[in-house]
Amino acid sequence: MAKPMLSESGSSAPPETIPVTLTVNGQERQLRVAPWTTLLDLLREELDLTGTKKGCDHGQCGACTVIVDGKRINSCLALAVQKDGAHVTTIEGLSTGSLHPVQAAFVEHDAFQCGYCTPGQIMSAVALIEEGRARSRDEIREHMSGNICRCGAYSNIVDAVEDVLKNKGSSFREAAE
Amino acid sequence: MNRFEYTRAGTVQEAVQALAADPAARFIAGGTNLVDLMKYNVERPGRLVDITRLPLDEIVQHAGGLRLGALVPNATVAYDPLVNERYPLLASALLAGASPQLRNAATTGGNLLQRTRCYYFYDEGTPCNKREPGSGCPAMTGVNRIHAILGASDTCIATHPSDMCVALAALDAVVQVEGPDGRRSIPFAEFHRLPGDEPQRDTTLQRGEIVLSVDLPDEDFSTHYTYLKLRDRLSYAFALVSVAAVLEMDGDTIRTARLALGGVAHKPWRNAEAEGRLQGKPATPETFREAADVILAEARPYAHNAFKVELARRAIVRGLSQAAAGTPQSQTDKRIA
Repeated sequence: MAKPMLSESGSSAPPETIPVTLTVNGQERQLRVAPWTTLLDLLREELDLTGTKKGCDHGQCGACTVIVDGKRINSCLALAVQKDGAHVTTIEGLSTGSLHPVQAAFVEHDAFQCGYCTPGQIMSAVALIEEGRARSRDEIREHMSGNICRCGAYSNIVDAVEDVLKNKGSSFREAAE
Repeated sequence: MNRFEYTRAGTVQEAVQALAADPAARFIAGGTNLVDLMKYNVERPGRLVDITRLPLDEIVQHAGGLRLGALVPNATVAYDPLVNERYPLLASALLAGASPQLRNAATTGGNLLQRTRCYYFYDEGTPCNKREPGSGCPAMTGVNRIHAILGASDTCIATHPSDMCVALAALDAVVQVEGPDGRRSIPFAEFHRLPGDEPQRDTTLQRGEIVLSVDLPDEDFSTHYTYLKLRDRLSYAFALVSVAAVLEMDGDTIRTARLALGGVAHKPWRNAEAEGRLQGKPATPETFREAADVILAEARPYAHNAFKVELARRAIVRGLSQAAAGTPQSQTDKRIA
């Protein structure tokens, strides 16, 4: 699984890879990773789960948001080797046949333009609803502030999240079960 | 990012030994700052010692107060019922910082040890005395809008970026650490340091020491407090100026005052003289302005950050007013009361 990599100095022995077990979207994966591989790069480059996007790669934009052991994090700042044993949910793991209620709400409210930030926005919104701390529009904005949308679809994103919070609570819970 | 070796520590002792055995080793926990710095080549550790499996991830009550394990995530502290009941200032400061994703990953110990966000420190194409001691400080004559107005030196004018630490400074927390020579307690005011002629050292931690916990004193800080943070956008931005205030009141008279400023210095800034002058005074804007004058008399602004002096003056008065009135700043409704 591991690809050969040159060390930056261009010298020395081939890098050691480390065995890691991850459960990604419900499927257990036995992997070997170089210690400097981020969870984001592992998902995209090794597991071909390219729905999770690389935006800034520095934890500033939220495009890489995934849910690890029930919590949303920036996968660009997480070393995969540190997540040994973790359960990871990516945008690909949300829907089972039909769209997840948050995905459906984003479509219904036109909550994107170019779409690049959307997987991160949706993963963040799914976690926000699970966390149960945001209710008002101000609170939704505050709790979504780790996800940047350079097209500026913010008002529609808030509409979509608010819609799920207020009207689709039951279907959301059914989908989560 | 540079290539490095990886070690997973099973015990605190193993972690301390692993660091002592390899001069190029660094601890890693949440990684939200260290991995970022490694991507910029600002940090190039030869080995990372992963401490995330150590048993330092609980919040426990003990005789001296509340003990926050070094690995408790920032979000867990922010929403902890006991923290919110007795130290809401800390919860408020945590929720004023970063994003939900970062607060889930970043740890209590890591937050203490995050590095400055000075642009020149992050840019390996420029000199920086903090990154490369002796190379110079372009911030002094360059773009220095976000830089220090208090306690800076001829070598460094960087600020400490944490919100959590400003609250911990006001709460007189104590940091418990363990190193090759055993355990010791560091009062919060002595944990971070001013740059002096060693700006590469952010803290008084010795090489190989690991943070075990942050201990909060056994007092009730829940009535007269505020965390007021002023920044360029309403969320997810570092403070230009922030104020953490905790007061004890006798009616309208101030019995004791604790006041820490963020965004203005190399460490959370406290001024004992100003706090002393507030004691026994009526809680009025005049009293608060007098305290602000004492604190800011030492201010030394640079070309682009002179606005911080007046901003800090007004933030101190507003923050103390909020604390005295028992109307702390909301971190979701951003209107400043």
